[in-house]
Amino acid sequence: MSLTNTSVVTNCYHCHEKCEEDKVKFDDKDFCCVGCKLVYEVLNENNLCNYYAISDNPGINRKNSYLGNRFAFLEEEQIIEKLISFKSKNEVHIRFHIPNMHCSSCIWLLENFSRIDKGVVRSQVDFVSKEILIVFNSSATSLRNIVEQLTLIGYEPELNLNKVSNHQFAKKSNARIYKIGLAGFAFGNIMLLSFPEYLSGGVFGAEDFRQLFRYVIVVLALPVFFYSASEFFINSFRSFRQKVVNIDVPIAIGILAMFLRSLYEIVSGTGPGYFDSMTGLIFFMLIGRNFQDKTYQWLSFNRDYTSYFPIAVTRYNGIKEETVLVNDVVKGDRLKIRNHEIIPADVKLLNQSAHIDYSFVSGESTPVKVNKGELIYAGAKLLNGPIDVMVDQATSNSYLTKLWNQQSDKVNQTSYFQKMVNTISRWFVLVTVVIAISSFAYWYHQDFTRAINAFTAVLVIACACALALSAPFTFGNIIRLLGKKGIYLRNVQVIEKLADIDTVIFDKTGTLTEPESNQINYVGVELSDFHLRAIYTIVSSSTHPLSIVLSKYLKLKAFADTSIHIEEFPGQGLTAMIFGHHYKIGSEEYLTGKKQLDTLKSTRVYIGIDNEIYGYFAIQNKYREGVKELTSDLSNHNIQLGVISGDDEHERINLSTILPEGTHMRFHCKPIDKLNYINELNQHGFKTMMVGDGLNDAGALMHGHVGIAISNDINNFTPACDAIIIGSNLSKLEKLIRLAKSANRIIIISFIISLVYNFLGLWFAVQGTLSPVIAAILMPISTSSLVIYTVVASSIKARQLGFTK
Amino acid sequence: MKVIILLIIASLTVAIGFLIAFFWSVKTGQFDDDTSPAVRILMDNEITSNEKSKINHYDN
Repeated sequence: MSLTNTSVVTNCYHCHEKCEEDKVKFDDKDFCCVGCKLVYEVLNENNLCNYYAISDNPGINRKNSYLGNRFAFLEEEQIIEKLISFKSKNEVHIRFHIPNMHCSSCIWLLENFSRIDKGVVRSQVDFVSKEILIVFNSSATSLRNIVEQLTLIGYEPELNLNKVSNHQFAKKSNARIYKIGLAGFAFGNIMLLSFPEYLSGGVFGAEDFRQLFRYVIVVLALPVFFYSASEFFINSFRSFRQKVVNIDVPIAIGILAMFLRSLYEIVSGTGPGYFDSMTGLIFFMLIGRNFQDKTYQWLSFNRDYTSYFPIAVTRYNGIKEETVLVNDVVKGDRLKIRNHEIIPADVKLLNQSAHIDYSFVSGESTPVKVNKGELIYAGAKLLNGPIDVMVDQATSNSYLTKLWNQQSDKVNQTSYFQKMVNTISRWFVLVTVVIAISSFAYWYHQDFTRAINAFTAVLVIACACALALSAPFTFGNIIRLLGKKGIYLRNVQVIEKLADIDTVIFDKTGTLTEPESNQINYVGVELSDFHLRAIYTIVSSSTHPLSIVLSKYLKLKAFADTSIHIEEFPGQGLTAMIFGHHYKIGSEEYLTGKKQLDTLKSTRVYIGIDNEIYGYFAIQNKYREGVKELTSDLSNHNIQLGVISGDDEHERINLSTILPEGTHMRFHCKPIDKLNYINELNQHGFKTMMVGDGLNDAGALMHGHVGIAISNDINNFTPACDAIIIGSNLSKLEKLIRLAKSANRIIIISFIISLVYNFLGLWFAVQGTLSPVIAAILMPISTSSLVIYTVVASSIKARQLGFTK
Repeated sequence: MKVIILLIIASLTVAIGFLIAFFWSVKTGQFDDDTSPAVRILMDNEITSNEKSKINHYDN
């Protein structure tokens, strides 16, 4: 067989992807497809070719672009009104989210967008949130025009029902930042003003100003206590009302004790107080909280089905076609669906037949042929079109939507770590109060002032900062490092949940396998080039999914003879006479007449030439790189494995060669079966990690202890989940679990470290000899050493496991 | 030594000035996007072939 192409590899000038046989030449440059060439032309015309000079390979592949009437709905006044953020007489402001934005060339091109569309007055990019603000002249251009132009050059804005119904982009609050700024400011200045107090005997001449300094300190500390620290008091008040003790309670007690005692000391003139320690503590705590709140604003972990569907569809009302919002579609409507569009509702087919890709909805990897009058479920993708359909169930009642609503009963467990911290907090408060009271009782008869001193000092020094800080800093740092490597966790709780995973369940289609790619092997008598060309000529004439796969694989030149007559027997195969040879291509049954009983075989296309069977093309799923290593690593670490698939069993043998022994495999799983399987495992006490990609896994992802969505492109739609991982990172899953385990260890070690500090401080406190200097040294040192330890230790661990650049 | 009062007032005024400046910059969104302004400042509005070669030069 001579199927390998030996031509020189050229890369597309625009997107830098490898050019296939059908490359396009233009302006002495190679392009992989017409789409890419078109972008180049547009940029070239407008003198925007700097785009290619600013960063390497900025272009976005345009191979799968199709526009048609897709954005026609943007002409509807009603929709425009909902999308725009500001409108004056002829100036309109609109904000888009553009997921494809990725480099400085993108910024440059998008900010120079006014040169492509002359009606655009100004465009400004916000790279971090991947948004663009476009100001345009409504008399010179239209919204549809702008969106189409953006899509044409590869930057399709995200438009969906969610954004239409609440078009206000969530503005993140800056309150936390103000609080940190204020606390930091007060901390620094109070330290400076307290300096004379730190030196025993004081600075010469400073006695005259001591009281003045102390009052300035009080003034600086007041806003910190009342504004910056307010959230600790509010949270602990709330927790009291719910009759639980959370981490904020010991912190609030400590801050309150410090504040009252310091205020008393300064007003009575007996001492300098602990305002320096107090502001420092609040400063560090707030930074810790902020670190924990690290989120990927531009990623959505909570997507619901509405963002998967198009905003609007084309409806035929008996006289003409009109564009309507998908929400307004009702049963009985007649819709027109174009090629590659997503079916917006459960519909009945009005055409003779159509090929439908259900892989996202059901997990079946091969496209399905639907005949006239049959039902097509919402969420499926049309592979050949256009077709006319009749709506059977509106979007909100569709099969897919029902599936989605099943998961709304997701058990909202408080995390294990949260519970542990709360338990420790409870004990911490109890022990602290007991120690404080007993030291008060001990000193009470000898020296009343000393008893008061000891009592408050215990409350001051017993610092819950390890509890409050080590987890945010460790987890926050890990989330940050993982994000750089294309692993995005929803929040810090996910890490700790990852640590106790003992079962990993994979979805097959799109998760273990590469989507839209097949591994094809030919088994049998060698075929000559002539025969291969003949086979290509025949299969390329057919629209059957397997024919399409095969013709893509062969990619030869078809015979241009128009006299060739190819006959297709639906569901069986093809036959043709080419230059005196009789070809039969199709199922085993079609060629041999025998019924194929063995279902464990891969999908096969048999080739018969002149009544003789030459062999077959075995079409198998192509597995992602590293699947074998990953699964054997996982099972070596005593993690149970399972595969659930919506497909039939033909991949079982192939899978069992890749996966380690003892892997559970389930086929023919409907989405609800997957969900039930996960629930069953949960009931048996397994901590399951579900790894999936499509809507069919949505329920299982939500119910798994951890649900991980695999996506080849993070900008694509992913179902609601705990983490989104780029497909090429799937092999790092086992290391991810190990990293999570180390994170928990790091936190426990930091707890022990802080225990040592607490004992040291309490030693002074119970004797009633805790001077502000010792507090001022001990508290910042304990806090900062913990922070440094957690960040450094987690970074080192991440590096060891290969999670750094 | 009375001068120390003046110094304290001066230093606090400066410090509060910076605090206000910080609040203002957060409020006006100067920390929201730290990537595009950095890139934007290096981009010219009009491109001549001369400038293009310059940009190419920096790119390599």
